[in-house]
Amino acid sequence: MFISKLWRLGAQASKGLSKAPLTIPSRRSFFPIVQNDSLDASSRKLFSTTNSQEENEDKQKISVTFFDKDGEQEIKVLIGMSMLEATHENDIELKGACEGSLACSTCHVIVMDVEQYNKLEDPTDEENDMLDLAFGLTETSRLWCQVIAKPELDGLRLALPAATRNFAVDGYKPKPH
Amino acid sequence: MPSYISKCAGPPPLVFFSSASIVPSFLPFRFSCNTLCCWCHSFRPSLPSVSTSPTPPPLSKCAAPPPLSDSSSAADHVVQRHHRRSTLSLHSAMSIFGGMIARKFSSATTRSLHVCVVGSGPAGFYTAEKMLKAHKGAEVDIIDRLPTPFGLVRSGVAPDHPETKIVINQFSRVAHNERCSFFGNVTLGSSISLSELRQIYHVVVLAYGAESDRVLGIPGEELKGVHSAREFVWWYNGHPDFSNLTPDLKSTDTAIVLGQGNVALDVARILLRSPKELSTTDIANHALTALSESSIRKVYLVGRRGPVQAACTAKELREILAIKDLYVNIKEADLVKTSSDEEEMKNNRIRKRVFELLSKASTSRSPSQSSGQRELHFTFFRKPDKFLESYDKSGYVDGVHFEKTTLKENDSGNQIAIGTGEYEDIKCGLVLKSIGYKSIPIDGLPFDQSKGVVPNIKGRVISSSNGGENEDGLYVCGWLKRGPTGIIATNLYDAEETVASISEDIEKKEVTSQKAGREGLVHLLENKKIKFVTFGDWEKIDFEEKKVGSLKGKPREKLATWNDLLEVTTK
Repeated sequence: MFISKLWRLGAQASKGLSKAPLTIPSRRSFFPIVQNDSLDASSRKLFSTTNSQEENEDKQKISVTFFDKDGEQEIKVLIGMSMLEATHENDIELKGACEGSLACSTCHVIVMDVEQYNKLEDPTDEENDMLDLAFGLTETSRLWCQVIAKPELDGLRLALPAATRNFAVDGYKPKPH
Repeated sequence: MPSYISKCAGPPPLVFFSSASIVPSFLPFRFSCNTLCCWCHSFRPSLPSVSTSPTPPPLSKCAAPPPLSDSSSAADHVVQRHHRRSTLSLHSAMSIFGGMIARKFSSATTRSLHVCVVGSGPAGFYTAEKMLKAHKGAEVDIIDRLPTPFGLVRSGVAPDHPETKIVINQFSRVAHNERCSFFGNVTLGSSISLSELRQIYHVVVLAYGAESDRVLGIPGEELKGVHSAREFVWWYNGHPDFSNLTPDLKSTDTAIVLGQGNVALDVARILLRSPKELSTTDIANHALTALSESSIRKVYLVGRRGPVQAACTAKELREILAIKDLYVNIKEADLVKTSSDEEEMKNNRIRKRVFELLSKASTSRSPSQSSGQRELHFTFFRKPDKFLESYDKSGYVDGVHFEKTTLKENDSGNQIAIGTGEYEDIKCGLVLKSIGYKSIPIDGLPFDQSKGVVPNIKGRVISSSNGGENEDGLYVCGWLKRGPTGIIATNLYDAEETVASISEDIEKKEVTSQKAGREGLVHLLENKKIKFVTFGDWEKIDFEEKKVGSLKGKPREKLATWNDLLEVTTK
């Protein structure tokens, strides 16, 4: 009974977390920071970045599949949405240290088919500058934060750069083309 | 009911919860109450918009004693006012849950994996992040000798590169993890020895980087006016060890930077940028003042080899070439490529693009330079032979005596610079050596003096480079492991390798010994009267810096002395 109460209260708290702004705690609720009347069953995402989730459900989504050393995972991305944001919402192991400002290369992905790579818009000089430094760079590499979902990219297949490498003391240098 | 719970004006359900709790010890009550007391004070009806006001009221009233060990990070988070609201509530929720459940299973915590990461830069934080993810029972403590975390992200990245510092957000999330704690103002060696750490923790990962420099070893290196670029960078970034550097920027119009890597470009750019542009960055105030009064107008970026071998990368080069009203001089004769150069560039995208940028800059420069205009000279094929002392000012540098070089392939197929016997002097009043960083050895730690790193295999420390035995439970990550190369992201993969080694070792040899971990560290530091700085304390510094910065139109005004930093933590 204790555990089930704990569970319910925890579920209440996590739903409440998506609500903003924070209001004065109600003395009656167990967690002072959650208002009982503000709980909304339809809002399930934590730290949601979009406000109009209900509208977006009508828009089209494209399918993108990631391949890494553990297997493959398919995600759906709304057209017009930043690919990197969608990837993070689906818990794919892809970093975005500079949060999309072209100051790192941690969102480096490898497009598995050349034809699909060609469908993407050419990288800018600034993106190429950061790609220069990317780990495990290939001819079809891109920085994921620069790609926006569009209909032609449906079925895109991507590989994440291999994670483990030998770091020789004399300086391992990735071999770009 | 213990008296401190009735004092806490907490909501009745919590009291009910407490009394119905099956947790045996009363510690959780005290712990939860600490959290709630601080809450109550935060959310008193007289302070209705505490979460929306820009300068929240002080929370010094929480009279509850500081909670023990890992719960301290959670309680600290509750009293931090400039947390995001959702994080605040998440941590408050977690602190109640975590406190009660953790104490119930307290016997399990003494068997959890206790990890200490020394150094809170990218290598340290990525290692901590991956350890927390890979081992659900791991408790990770990150120690740093400074009161401020993040290593070179805070003290090395140039002030006009704010996007590169965004990664701090990711690191802060790691520090806020319930199983992670930050301990600033704790120095490995003086505050605590390596052997003491290894007694308290199952796993110790050294990620303290490279805080020293390679030396040229030529005459005159000790003259005034000759600095390492590392010191200069720390000076303009407000590192508390170098706020008193006071480089003389007023008695000369020329500076020579030895080296052509990205750090060299950074220091050249900071010297050449208009102070007005710098005034809206997080550059340290003392540096901004000095640069506003600087008489330096000419900067030489000098490399031993040619443009094909220049160590900088395209982004930084593009940036410096785009500075307004900057006259850039690159001799066309230097841009002639040999067949060995072509070979070097063939499979190297970075070299190719850097060379293209340099070539374009050489041919597209404006025909005449106006007087007083700032100048940047890329000087190739010059090796410093000695520093020249001024006749008028004894003990001060007056110029650099260079030997001209040519390239020759060595046995490994690399092109190295060979002296030609011809010499040239370039006059200057400031020299910044940007020839590479070097790690510092500590007592009890195997160290490879020639390479400047700790001998290791995939992050496992070995007793010597000639294949000694593995040092049990001791690992390295970052520059200390592979040398001072790479970018922030390089540490992501580096940390993955080190954590993989740790995980393999743990699997092979199951952790059975009980170690004191965080409690042991706190106990030891308190006995030695060391005032460590928590992540919550850093957030006070962060808040203060941002507050003062916003008054001046800067993202932050860095607190640049030890006194200032530690004073804010005591508030």
